[in-house]
Amino acid sequence: MKADLKTKIGKLKLSNPVMVGSGTFGYGEEFKDFIDLRKLGAIVTKTITLHPRRGNPAPRTCEAPAGMLNSIGLDNPGIEKFIQEKLPFLKKTGVPIIVSIASEGDPEEFVTLARHLDKVEGVSAIELNISCPNITPHATRQKPKAKSLQPAACSQLIAQDSKSTYEVVNRVRRVTQKTLIAKLSPNVTDIAEIALAAQSAGSDGVSLINTISAMSIDIETRRPKIRMAVGGLSGPAIRPVAVRMVWEVYQKVKIPIIGMGGIIDAPSALEFIIAGASVVAVGTANFINPGVTLEIIDGIKKYLSKNKIKDIKTLIGSLKL
Amino acid sequence: MSQMPEMKIKNQNSKNPCLPAGRKITNQKSKIISNKKIKDNYFEIIVDALEIASSAYPGQFVNIRVAEGFEPLLRRPLSIHRVDGGRVILLYEALGKGTQILSQRKKGEYLDIIGPLGNGFRIANREPRLPAGEAGTTILVAGGMGTAPLIFLAEKLAEIKNQKSNIKNLVLIGAKSKNHILCEKEFKELGCEVKIATDDGSRGFKGYVSDLLIKTLSTVNCQLLTIYACGPAPMLKEIGHISQKYNIPAQVSLEAHMACGIGACMGCVIKTQNSKLKTQNDNAKLKMKNEFEYKRVCKEGPVFDASEVIW
Repeated sequence: MKADLKTKIGKLKLSNPVMVGSGTFGYGEEFKDFIDLRKLGAIVTKTITLHPRRGNPAPRTCEAPAGMLNSIGLDNPGIEKFIQEKLPFLKKTGVPIIVSIASEGDPEEFVTLARHLDKVEGVSAIELNISCPNITPHATRQKPKAKSLQPAACSQLIAQDSKSTYEVVNRVRRVTQKTLIAKLSPNVTDIAEIALAAQSAGSDGVSLINTISAMSIDIETRRPKIRMAVGGLSGPAIRPVAVRMVWEVYQKVKIPIIGMGGIIDAPSALEFIIAGASVVAVGTANFINPGVTLEIIDGIKKYLSKNKIKDIKTLIGSLKL
Repeated sequence: MSQMPEMKIKNQNSKNPCLPAGRKITNQKSKIISNKKIKDNYFEIIVDALEIASSAYPGQFVNIRVAEGFEPLLRRPLSIHRVDGGRVILLYEALGKGTQILSQRKKGEYLDIIGPLGNGFRIANREPRLPAGEAGTTILVAGGMGTAPLIFLAEKLAEIKNQKSNIKNLVLIGAKSKNHILCEKEFKELGCEVKIATDDGSRGFKGYVSDLLIKTLSTVNCQLLTIYACGPAPMLKEIGHISQKYNIPAQVSLEAHMACGIGACMGCVIKTQNSKLKTQNDNAKLKMKNEFEYKRVCKEGPVFDASEVIW
């Protein structure tokens, strides 16, 4: 018996529920030596900003117990270069391409980026990275125009405030017909509240969780192990937190959830699906095992077959309490 | 790169004559042929890895999963010490958690290895600098574990030397003490002249190998071609200054903390001169003086031209 692995986010159809976490898969090309990219459910790009961005000073990563910290700071070539140099390869894979975008301070940039991408062929969906913990949210450089979006309160991420989340998603929704996904931050009191805001603003899905704000110290030098001191924790260490948050969001929202946080194999991916995720994204595990995504797809198939489940949709949110 | 606190690195590419056609990166489970202590805390591991061995060239590295499970979570990059047929030979110091676990791995077990990665040493640009009939010297500077990739390089240089006997290869090895000197015999067997510097003066020149390099430069009487160096960051920085001062091109193999090793995570960057500087006029250069660009040690590196690195 061949189980049905097909799933949907908004208008976006995926052949299977396994995709990659933004920032952990480069622009796809880095993995072409290791896997047949055509077998992925979707590819999510590293986050793109309006202008080229150098990112944060090194060291940008360090290891942590069952995880790692990063503070890359959205190092990327900017939207123009992305479209010219990175997108052509991604398009050739034939799988849905989800472009992750972020502002560098002025939330209005989300609107500009989305409007631009809306016309670009080969872009299947847009993920709004409103939860990157590694860029300092600073006030808009120019005086905000009367109607433009206001940055979230100082040192706060958009995804840490339901009103800001609603405003950004809503404004972007008005400029694009493409499938829209809001990426949420775990560094909040109630993630379901933020997810609800994204849903009511017209998001087609929510992806969670981004990395957990974290710190690690070298006791000999008494310096932080990464240059920016605070970074984002990822890897198996955060998985139980992520599963819990997916479960909390699943109970409140109707739109599909893309679950992620420490998925390293099929059993860990299945945890997310049972908790309520329609799709799972593999992140840090790609660094350790570049072929892990396809192994997970195979493992999910085996699990469905073993448990005589015909359609993966019946497994989503099937947690027994 | 040779080995960072837990890893090491190097770079450069475009038209590298060392680069075998159709080179491919592979992820393979490789059988451990042997894994033994050489001296002090230094180990040599030999693995069966035909695909990696057949496409590797000097200065490249492999990324190793030292154990299954989460501790450590990330792979450990090690520069390729030598290849022998279908075997890859690595030299490492059991320094941190990852390399200590690696040192415990047994003959017959399988090791998950990705490679060959990065851009290694370029040896093309030595030739044009040397007019026919003139003698020239290439200098290899090895600091501590930095010796590891330079043996592979010395082998390639030796092949060239056989064709052009007017090129001499000089190796300067820096070590903590006489008990920490690596590969002296191997370099000599490859026809290199070897000079030693030790921190405690127990053998050869007392002091840093970079100081030995300065001393040596004043005594070499034929044309200097290229300096190839691998070792701790402060040593490479010093080599960078020397290269500029004496106007000798230098290639340095850098190391950095890496997460992925394949260019995806953007974690292992170093500051380099903005590449646009080369093509801009003087006015534009002035404007861009304070600009720099990050390059990935794992992808654009680990071997860089010393002149492009902002130390």
